[in-house]
Amino acid sequence: MLRIYFVFSLMFALAVLTANPAFAETPVEVLAAIKAEAAGTPGFQGFSAERGEKFFKTKQKHKLSCSSCHTDNPAAQGKHSETDKVIKPLAPAANEERFTDMKKVAKWFKRNCNDVLDRECTAQEKGDVLSYLLTVKK
Amino acid sequence: MFKAKYITLMFAVVVLAMGAMMSAAQAEGTQKGSASNAKWKDECGACHFAFPPRFLPAESWRTIMAGLNKHFGSNAGLDAATASEITAFLEKNASTKKHEVLAKPLLRITETPWFKSEHREVAARDWKNPKVKSPANCGACHTKADSGDFNEDNVKIPR
Ligand code: HEC
Ligand code: HEC
Ligand code: HEC
Repeated sequence: MLRIYFVFSLMFALAVLTANPAFAETPVEVLAAIKAEAAGTPGFQGFSAERGEKFFKTKQKHKLSCSSCHTDNPAAQGKHSETDKVIKPLAPAANEERFTDMKKVAKWFKRNCNDVLDRECTAQEKGDVLSYLLTVKK
Repeated sequence: MFKAKYITLMFAVVVLAMGAMMSAAQAEGTQKGSASNAKWKDECGACHFAFPPRFLPAESWRTIMAGLNKHFGSNAGLDAATASEITAFLEKNASTKKHEVLAKPLLRITETPWFKSEHREVAARDWKNPKVKSPANCGACHTKADSGDFNEDNVKIPR
């Protein structure tokens, strides 16, 4: 009887813990998902952190780049270019919450790419950027 | 044998108590700031201070929420479920002050007659201070804006 009670409460505790949506994925899993998406495009030859860094720091439309808000050092705290609001570091090495929620990642790529490029980013661009961010040390 | 049972019981009690504590904490969160409240804070507080609903009437919030894809030059688009949850929260807590009903509702708190009158004593050079940057940057002067406190005792204009 006690044993059943024990198993039951353990299951209950587990259910409570796993109901928490944070940290659903790891950055490596997120990268793998983007890779699966990119693999479908003709001529795909893998991601490049170097290309990602260049993309991240190059000003595009509206004189904006990713670094306009996330700064040239993604391990540092950023600042929103319009509102001055503080933005936590983007590099997973400096902020363990980054790239751990697929839905959040997709939402912000969509928004920020639209702000910077007037279009969505390709899977290649997203993969290059994340590959770069994963090389950034704290 | 008795000992083993005793340890199992203790463990079960501890685990259960932990579970109960966690659900209590969650219940408190819903009481103070309901689920939609948390979504609002998260989504509408990502690019700027989450402007409290009481500073705009419901029709302004509805119009803002219907145009998030083109939101003051930014893309702030949301999925439909999150958007309707936040809209309901904003409407419920919107300003009920009497105001002129306009054909096109004001979308900026900072353009409402109420805001202008409340801030008429703020000098032009203070608005232009790079430390303020935009009148919408409430937190630059209202040092406790993050906790919803706009009391004049906590105003400090940066110089
Ligand atoms: C106008 C300011 C701005 C620009 C420009 C910008 N971002 Fe962001 N970015 C933000 C804000 C604000 C957030 C969300 C706030 C937060 O999570 O701290 C964010 C979050 C993100 C996230 C979410 C990561 C996660 O898991 O939490 C990604 C990915 C991202 N940005 C990528 C980019 C890329 C790539 C570019 C360039 C194409 C870019 N951003 C340009 C403001 C900006
Ligand atoms: C992707 C970034 C982003 C997100 C997310 C966002 N906003 Fe904004 N919002 C802006 C920018 C940029 C401005 C213009 C700021 C300025 O002029 O100083 C702005 C301005 C505003 C203003 C006008 C402030 C004033 O009085 O001048 C309101 C109201 C507002 N936002 C409400 C919201 C609500 C409600 C949400 C959540 C559904 C939201 N915002 C989410 C970027 C964002
Ligand atoms: C440049 C600094 C500055 C900025 C930015 C600013 N305020 Fe104010 N605010 C003031 C000053 C100064 C007063 C007047 C305090 C007094 O009455 O002595 C005031 C008064 C107020 C009051 C009335 C307080 C009371 O106790 O009577 C409210 C409410 C308020 N502001 C809201 C806002 C909101 C909301 C924003 C952002 C959308 C904002 N303010 C942005 C400086 C600022």
